[in-house]
Amino acid sequence: MTTTLPAYDEVVARYEPVIGLETHVELGTNTKMFCGCPTDFGGEPNTRVCPVCLGLPGSLPVANSAAIEATIRIGLALNCSIAQWCRFARKNYFYPDMPKNFQISQYDEPLCSDGYLDVEVNGEVVRIGIERVHLEEDTGKTLHVGGATGRIHGATESLVDYNRAGIPLVEIVTKPIPGTGALAPEVARAYVTELRDVLRSLGVSDVRMEEGSLRCDVNTSLNLPGEEWGTRTETKNVNSLRSVERAVRSEMLRQASVLDAGGRITQETRHFHEDSGDTTPGRSKETATDYRYFPEPDLVPIAPDPAWVAELKAALPELPRLHRRRLQQAWCLSDADMQSVLNAGAVELIEQTVAAGATPAAARKWWLGELSRRANETGVELADIGATPKQVAELQDLVDAGKLNDKLARAVLEGVVAGEGSPAEIMSNRGLEVVSDTGALTAAVDEAIAANPDIADKIRSGKVAAAGALVGAVMKTTRGQADAKTVRDLILSRLGA
Amino acid sequence: MSDLTKLSAVEIAGLVASGETSAVEVTQAHLDRIAAVDGRVNAFLHVDTEGALTAAREVDAQRAEGAPLGPLAGVPVAVKDVLTTKGVPTTVGSKILQGWRPPYDSTIVQRLRAAGTVMLGKTNMDEFAMGSSTEYSAYGPTRNPWDTERIPGGSGGGSAAALAAYEAPLAIGSDTGGSIRQPGAVTGTVGAKPTYGGTSRYGLVAFSSSLDTPGPCARTVLDAALLHEAIAGHDPRDSTSIAAPVPDVVAAARLGATGDLTGVRLGIVTEFAGEGAEPGVMAAFNEAVDTLTKLGAEIVEISCPHFKYALPAYYLIAPSECSSNLARFDGVRFGLRVGDDGNRSLEEVMSLTREAGFGPEVKRRIMIGTYALSSGYYDAYYGQAQKVRTLITRDFTAAFERVDALISPTTPFVAFPLGARTADPYQMYLADLFTIPTNLYGGPGISVPCGLAGGLPVGLQVMAPTMADDRMYRVAAALESAVGTLTPPAL
Repeated sequence: MTTTLPAYDEVVARYEPVIGLETHVELGTNTKMFCGCPTDFGGEPNTRVCPVCLGLPGSLPVANSAAIEATIRIGLALNCSIAQWCRFARKNYFYPDMPKNFQISQYDEPLCSDGYLDVEVNGEVVRIGIERVHLEEDTGKTLHVGGATGRIHGATESLVDYNRAGIPLVEIVTKPIPGTGALAPEVARAYVTELRDVLRSLGVSDVRMEEGSLRCDVNTSLNLPGEEWGTRTETKNVNSLRSVERAVRSEMLRQASVLDAGGRITQETRHFHEDSGDTTPGRSKETATDYRYFPEPDLVPIAPDPAWVAELKAALPELPRLHRRRLQQAWCLSDADMQSVLNAGAVELIEQTVAAGATPAAARKWWLGELSRRANETGVELADIGATPKQVAELQDLVDAGKLNDKLARAVLEGVVAGEGSPAEIMSNRGLEVVSDTGALTAAVDEAIAANPDIADKIRSGKVAAAGALVGAVMKTTRGQADAKTVRDLILSRLGA
Repeated sequence: MSDLTKLSAVEIAGLVASGETSAVEVTQAHLDRIAAVDGRVNAFLHVDTEGALTAAREVDAQRAEGAPLGPLAGVPVAVKDVLTTKGVPTTVGSKILQGWRPPYDSTIVQRLRAAGTVMLGKTNMDEFAMGSSTEYSAYGPTRNPWDTERIPGGSGGGSAAALAAYEAPLAIGSDTGGSIRQPGAVTGTVGAKPTYGGTSRYGLVAFSSSLDTPGPCARTVLDAALLHEAIAGHDPRDSTSIAAPVPDVVAAARLGATGDLTGVRLGIVTEFAGEGAEPGVMAAFNEAVDTLTKLGAEIVEISCPHFKYALPAYYLIAPSECSSNLARFDGVRFGLRVGDDGNRSLEEVMSLTREAGFGPEVKRRIMIGTYALSSGYYDAYYGQAQKVRTLITRDFTAAFERVDALISPTTPFVAFPLGARTADPYQMYLADLFTIPTNLYGGPGISVPCGLAGGLPVGLQVMAPTMADDRMYRVAAALESAVGTLTPPAL
């Protein structure tokens, strides 16, 4: 189907989007949700398994208390109510990567419910309602071999790896988010970004979207102003923050073109394609499986002690948004400046550089200046540029001590990024230290004065500003390894000005 | 020396401990007996000759070294094929698990090994423990040693028949709706269902998770208590296992054996009186009630108004849970796989496997359960059944405020002829009429022989409050001391 999509501005002028997000987070517990197998990513297929996570006949689950604690902490950080009593439930459906052909999940009794997360979009705070946070087990992974698509149809063999089966998975579901208009895609992205930061600050997951430890499904619908919400679609396979934004936008455009043509939106699951940026239909929800949920009889109810929950709440770390606000004040930044720090992904880097001894201004200068420029040029994330906050602080130390000037410092930084060692080592190995031997400098200055008698005369006659030209000449002969101020002072004193 | 297979577990353990016989001799005697009679009984699905003799030799070696032996060391035990045994076939009476050798031991089997008992093999059962006659086994019915044209009860007919045929002095069963007690009753043996959570389900192939309870089977109450003691107690691998001390069932059995029930109040459930038990069964039961009175017990009538809803509630809860528990049998990871010819889809292979691997009663229950859990029917069926369960629990709780234990016939009828009830599932389900309430409540129940009706054994059931398993052993042992054990005709 090749239809011309309408322009985004026209779509949001005519339709109101409602979005919703379901996020799955693999918890970073040492062991799986219901057995003692390790949870590390990777590993030879089917080596991190036991009778329980393979669902062998007779095996029984035992709930991982660390996973329950992590889920409660997530719920608390998202301002949820924590259930005083709740149960796991079985979600029944047949699929080969589900060892028991049911998933132990939660149904009508989630551990955490009814909370919110505040996110900022263009300086505005948007409050995203959280419907529920519940705990479940992950499935295995199926690899379809043979056939062109890598999908089940046309494959000659299906191989299943159960290493992932049983890893604790937290599902975080937002309430429907109406009223965001043209900003819907950005709100979706801001929410997932903020959620990721919250989860990272809690230390409950490594939240790597590319490794699948943070997975996101995006619900989108459109309606005409004043009318009921439209039929929603659920877009899966959204594997990066950028994709979250693109998926919402693409689905808004697609739905608008269907509605414009007088068509109806089918309630269905769609797959997002990273390369083309569009979505294609998956299984239709109208023929969705009846999951026959019922309380898991192999597990006892969870009844968290309210006093313990209160302790967990009191011990929560400062949440990212508040943390950022505090940093902004401490660093004396305007909203716009803070935004550029955020956009560069430099908050933590600057924070750590300051912790290593640099001033906020110096730390920000390096990370947002030279290092950001290099990151952009080479297309890597700032955090992966190769320079550590400690090294940047050390570099600034050398500048402050007068051992490096700005130009030399940049050269040293180049060495740091290239992995040549610490700034001090690079400075000495590459011979980049500021020339502070006044004997050598005096010779260079005298040489410059002799070569430029006119300028020297001007300076002698009181035109001190003319010294700049001589400083330049000295810097040239010392190949930049002199401190400009020292050179200037020397010139002035030699000329008695 | 007398025939080792006719001895009680206590007697065998005593002879092994004193060195008058060896565990190997005892084991060989039972293996010989199995070889001689099991062709007619079909109690065993698998006899682990080598494993048994190895375990027996270990016990003898321990004794030779002077190591302390447990109270059941050297005693052979038969294990219902519902429990996983490492490296030893475990079929659950089903074709779908034919040839499966589990990579792990169930907790019960681990504890049996730790106690120095000798596992002879795995006993026959209704497929997935669904049935009351062992006729639904995929490997042919077990026959009742009292009359080989009759059923041995079910689902644990193999374990009960092995005891009655003197193929084993001890056996393990599992009781979801009466599968230990009803076979005990119709074979003239003792079968105890512990408090739910009192014995570990880890490694018990699940039928209905909220009801399944492994437990001891024996020919005497004291033997059952000793086996109970050996297998019971908290297991961290089973979340529903109770973290509390095991009631002292052995002391209770010894106390009961003195024949004194003075001060014990026993309740007869009014609602069971008109429930269509056979006259012969009621006659034997009433005689046993008189005996209990003579032993000093006070008998009162107790109304449990919701017991009449137990059977229908059970036949929603158990099938619902089984429909989910049995989903894993799909041919992907273990057991039977049918139709995987490279041309069929995964769904087709799963369907063909399940179609070929499950018998009709299992399919019936999966379908009932799938329906009962379906969206739109859940509240009317599964939800409603859970409410009934709560009401039945209240009936028990109220009753136990007035009496120490409840008594009833174990099952409404004596062993019926093979094939008599297979055509009508409801007639088969009635076998568990008196045993099911206990499962829904989660309390313990025991069946002890109380006499004969038409030459066939009748069992009396004692039901006690949860974690008061000792009480039922005391009453059962007292009755046994007056009635004696039953001896079947020679095979």
